[in-house]
Amino acid sequence: MRGRLRLLTLLAILAVVLYPLVWMVGTAFKSPQEIVNNIGLIPREFTPGNFTEGWHKLDVNFGRFFLNSAMVAVLAVLGNTVSCLLAAFAFGRLKFRLRKVWFAVMIGTLLLPGHVLIIPQYILFRTLGWVGGDWPYLPLVVPHFLATEAFFVFLMVQFMRGIPRELDEAAKIDGASPYSIFQHVILPLSRPALVTTAIFSFIWTWNDFFRQLVYLSDLEDYTAPVALTLFIDSTSESSVGPMFAMSLLSLIPVFLFFVAFQRMLVEGINTSGLKG
Amino acid sequence: MAITAIPMLLSLYLSFTDYDVLTPLSEINWVGWANYERMFTTDPSYWHAVTVTLTFALIAVPLKLAAALGVALLLSRAIRGIGLFRGLFYLPSLLGGSVALAIVWVSMFNRDGAFNSFLALFGIEGAPWVNDPSWALETLMVLAIWQFGAPMVIFLAGLKQVPAELYEAASVDGAGPWRQFRNITLPMLSPVIFFNLVLETIHGFQGFTSAFVLSNGTGGPVDSTLMYTLNLYIKGFVELDMGYASAMAWVFLVVIGLITVVLFRTGRFWVHYSDSEER
Repeated sequence: MRGRLRLLTLLAILAVVLYPLVWMVGTAFKSPQEIVNNIGLIPREFTPGNFTEGWHKLDVNFGRFFLNSAMVAVLAVLGNTVSCLLAAFAFGRLKFRLRKVWFAVMIGTLLLPGHVLIIPQYILFRTLGWVGGDWPYLPLVVPHFLATEAFFVFLMVQFMRGIPRELDEAAKIDGASPYSIFQHVILPLSRPALVTTAIFSFIWTWNDFFRQLVYLSDLEDYTAPVALTLFIDSTSESSVGPMFAMSLLSLIPVFLFFVAFQRMLVEGINTSGLKG
Repeated sequence: MAITAIPMLLSLYLSFTDYDVLTPLSEINWVGWANYERMFTTDPSYWHAVTVTLTFALIAVPLKLAAALGVALLLSRAIRGIGLFRGLFYLPSLLGGSVALAIVWVSMFNRDGAFNSFLALFGIEGAPWVNDPSWALETLMVLAIWQFGAPMVIFLAGLKQVPAELYEAASVDGAGPWRQFRNITLPMLSPVIFFNLVLETIHGFQGFTSAFVLSNGTGGPVDSTLMYTLNLYIKGFVELDMGYASAMAWVFLVVIGLITVVLFRTGRFWVHYSDSEER
């Protein structure tokens, strides 16, 4: 009896939690009349009209925005996995001067709120001439190649601690240099941490808004989230459908990642969060 | 590291100048403490933004953690399909920070949005939530609380670590569920609660996307959603008052640092680490 009560409570909470998502999907497929008349979750008639309308609603079509978003996200994934792995290898396995101090500084930047950095970084990139330059994505992409995401460095250092040092030492006795230890021992064994980093980098960059808003000024350079805000200006009844359709499309990549890697995502935040 | 440290120092310097982005760095003027003075004495929007941000964090963070802990407790006793439940509750945390979801949220709490249609079923006439200065911030709080999945997952992992023998022993001694919760679960879970609290507080202070979407970047209606970071954005990137915005960023950094220190200090009194006791 108690078990059933608990299950019912959970189902009720789940219904409330999932309602907005289901409602969004339903509304995206409703015709303009139905959005006004039918307050139910499920459209009486599924119409794809909102998607074609939303796709072409702005002067540049939405495919372009999605491509821009995908490009920024893929480069961020590449940059984060490569640079954070190298940084983590240095912290975890190599000996260099002031290693402990640098590690503490790195952990310190973990607590540094990201939004505080926006202004200083903007000024730096502007001084370098990267803002509004030929390729406006430089300020969005380059930091990822410099291992600035302390979170991932930390995650990988923690992970590498679990790789037995005997493996390194055995390789060293066989005459391996730090480079080949990295290549043949650490790199292959770090795959789970790399995958976690890649997934989170993608999702965070895809969802990121503040930075993209600040650095992108030409419509054709916009990423999907920045383009979506243009819909808000015109929240007349007729544009709700297209706005929802495009919002829904923009969430699909993250949703697919969620479906494919659900276990990993959930475990990822556990290991990174609790081993500290 | 350089990409973090150098700009930080540069912006500290700029916070004492009248830098406005357009003039080259060689021609800016040193203004001393003027930006800081303006912030604390003559700019009412600054204090307003501080109040909005504090209200948001002080209400949304505890409620979010309570929701996370509550659902985690319900889920922690062996239940079939726990993996699926856990995943679905976590989903909003993944999607919720996006512009797309903020847009959906704002439409849901419009005058003729889904929430008011729902209230109408009970004959209640709802407020125009997102356009009502006294309710707009609350709708953003609900959006934040809705994303309780991430701390919940961390709580669940923490609950798994609590030795079952403790509960068995307590049952034998005749302790009811409430006393078990108070005397076993809470103390054993306190490090995890603490971790979540620090994380969510820092996170809560930085709310930007949802406030931007709700107000279309203005902090409205009537500045009711003027979060600190949104104010920073307006001053720095809309009004191009970068010197002033740099000063705001630095104060923000110091305040968040202080809050973290205070959390850690008070944490000593209520966070219970089992390994330190065994020593």
